[in-house]
Amino acid sequence: MKGRIFSVVGGMFLLTVCSKGAAPAREPSNPPAASPDVSAAGGTITGTVKFTGTSPRNPPIDMSEEAACKAKYTTTPTEENVVAGPANALANVFVYVSAGVPAGQTFPAPATAVVLDQSGCRYHPHVFGIMVGQPLEIQNSDPLLHNIKAIAKKNRPFNVSQPGAGMKTSRTFAQPEVMVNLECNVHGWMHAYLGVRPDPFYAVSGPNGSFSITGLPPGTYTIEAWHEKFGTQTATVTIAGTESKTANFTFAAH
Amino acid sequence: MEAEDVGSKRGGNQQVMMALLVVAMVTQDTTAGKVVYQKWCAGCHGDDGKGDGDGARHMLPTPRDFTGAVYQIRSTPNSQLPTDADLLRSIDEGLFGTAMPGWKSRLSDRQRRDVLAYIKTFSTFFADTTQRPQPIKFGSPPSGGSSPEALKVGRQFYDSIGCRKCHGDLGRGDGPSAPTLKDDAQHPIFAANLHENWRFNGGGTVEDIYRRMRTGLDGTPMPSFDDLIGNKFLTDEQLWRLAQYVRSLSPKDAPVVRDVVHAPLTKALPHAPDDSAWTSVDLYWFPLVGQIIHKARWFAPAVSGVWVKAVHTADSIALRVSWDDRSASPDSAWLGFVGRVFGALDSDDSTREQPALWPDQLAVQFPVSIPTGMERPYFLMGSPSAPVYQWRWTSSARAAALAGVARGIERFDPVSNSGVGAQAVYDHGQWRVVLTRALASPDTASQLPFRTGRAIPVAFFAWDGSNGEHGTRMAISTWYFLALDEPVPARVFISPVLAMVLTLGLGMLVVWRAQQKTSFRRQQ
Repeated sequence: MKGRIFSVVGGMFLLTVCSKGAAPAREPSNPPAASPDVSAAGGTITGTVKFTGTSPRNPPIDMSEEAACKAKYTTTPTEENVVAGPANALANVFVYVSAGVPAGQTFPAPATAVVLDQSGCRYHPHVFGIMVGQPLEIQNSDPLLHNIKAIAKKNRPFNVSQPGAGMKTSRTFAQPEVMVNLECNVHGWMHAYLGVRPDPFYAVSGPNGSFSITGLPPGTYTIEAWHEKFGTQTATVTIAGTESKTANFTFAAH
Repeated sequence: MEAEDVGSKRGGNQQVMMALLVVAMVTQDTTAGKVVYQKWCAGCHGDDGKGDGDGARHMLPTPRDFTGAVYQIRSTPNSQLPTDADLLRSIDEGLFGTAMPGWKSRLSDRQRRDVLAYIKTFSTFFADTTQRPQPIKFGSPPSGGSSPEALKVGRQFYDSIGCRKCHGDLGRGDGPSAPTLKDDAQHPIFAANLHENWRFNGGGTVEDIYRRMRTGLDGTPMPSFDDLIGNKFLTDEQLWRLAQYVRSLSPKDAPVVRDVVHAPLTKALPHAPDDSAWTSVDLYWFPLVGQIIHKARWFAPAVSGVWVKAVHTADSIALRVSWDDRSASPDSAWLGFVGRVFGALDSDDSTREQPALWPDQLAVQFPVSIPTGMERPYFLMGSPSAPVYQWRWTSSARAAALAGVARGIERFDPVSNSGVGAQAVYDHGQWRVVLTRALASPDTASQLPFRTGRAIPVAFFAWDGSNGEHGTRMAISTWYFLALDEPVPARVFISPVLAMVLTLGLGMLVVWRAQQKTSFRRQQ
């Protein structure tokens, strides 16, 4: 009961943050005490993402127009459409709980910003998640013009410019949306994908294809795995206590 | 107790009535707006406001999709909703350089307000009334904007903030990133040609340009540069200087179409497009439009018009035609762009067009002989019974041009002894082509003999290969006139002198004779 009240308070806080729209979220002065500590208690879902078939070749990027970016590579850089690891492991898959979190349960946005770096005319990271209201800090490490365009449907899209190294821009997202596409129009090959979630139950598969979602309260969840080229897959997982469950995903390369 | 209940119920009823009334007023507004919308707007923007009406696949840029509430032309910061005044401005004035006309003279104030209210219902973003978009406030431009010092500052920031990446070194929309540009719907989009401010979607004044740089053009690749001031990358004054520099690239006034190109008489024919002799020759502007009469029609012409100069000598004529074109086609960098253009437009050909490397082309058209009356051949490349005489230049054979007879849009028969010379220059997004020929015709049956002092019909056609233009997919003009100014005959200058000398002589003769007579009488 107490937790409920606190989550309502937290939710109201979140709403205030959200209603500020594109304004950077302020640091919460007193985080609600009963907010779930995702790192300690709760169940865990881990898994590995793989693909079958032949991985499509990532097209090489011609950076001849941008000497400063080209200089950051020893070999010809490529796009990151399909990043494969050993044994057909698939990286850059956004895995998240798409259903099962009780409606009305709210989670405060972390005050720590998620950083999106533009370096060598590529985005780092390429696929990532963020919570509603959590600040996204976009920084430019290249000494040249990048524009950062967010194409969104549920959130307001934006398109800002960073013409020099060291520039920083902060934005927040008011609504959950999987995925928000980020792109640079000066460099048509630059794409990043951002999953905006109302809860902290998401992860991105690493170079070995593994991911881990922690701190899940007991319940039955739908887990969705999203890949930019291979589409989506879902799995259902039931968590009873502080156990660890496995959900593996296999995409068919096409 | 009972009475109180009744009272409160009555009060409740009143509130409900009030609420209903408010709802009714709002609905009435949008209901009337819906009627206007369905009659005038849905043809392009679609019944559901998705920008997918019947006309949508016959225009580039494509009609606005209202469901996302993303609007290019706003006074509000990037990513925010537009104000009602912003939307009304686009409805009233239209959007220059697109298919969107202005509705101020066609719809009443009430109708335009109603349709504005209805358009907003397509997106849930407008339903959130806590969002009150506010225009960006800014002062007036710093003075001295056209001074060389101010323009130099503007140019410096044009380079340092990377405008050239899309808009090109000289601002003709030919930057290295230009061929890759797409809007939110993945449709191809041109970087604006900054030399044609009369075609800027949001207006072409210094203030308009400044505002666009601060707001960005949402939904397009053009970002907001608002953060730059906060980030101390440049000052507000420097941003104004940049706006003033961009404004300086276009003519002071939008070009006015004058019907007759005057070709003065010169001693020597300037064959080279950049010959200094051209600088003193009058410049004429002729707008071009898409060829939408014959199949396959073309709704997305890239060449907005041609600039023409003409001179002639005692025996030859030279025409200099220049036009802005984002690439010297064929250019493989634009192949993907062509694919996206074809993808966005419905072809009225039976076969779907495949992108290919086409050259840029220019055709200058005359009748086969100077008409004696008002009648001229069909402007769109003549007809089998009334053919036209054309000069045709392509970028794949830059220093040569064909001449021939067109008998309709699909039939062009080149002649072997054309005598037409060509020289061309491609420079930072502009073609400048000089075409020359002897005034006398090599074959009077099909090739026009040029004569001085006559109004010779002339028309222009242009193709941008990197926009997928070839064959009937082109930009066209109507008939205009070319006049070879006659040399002023020597007698015009000699006659008055001769008359004066003669009058003086006669006068003196009379005086002399009178004196003679007087002296004769005296002697008597």
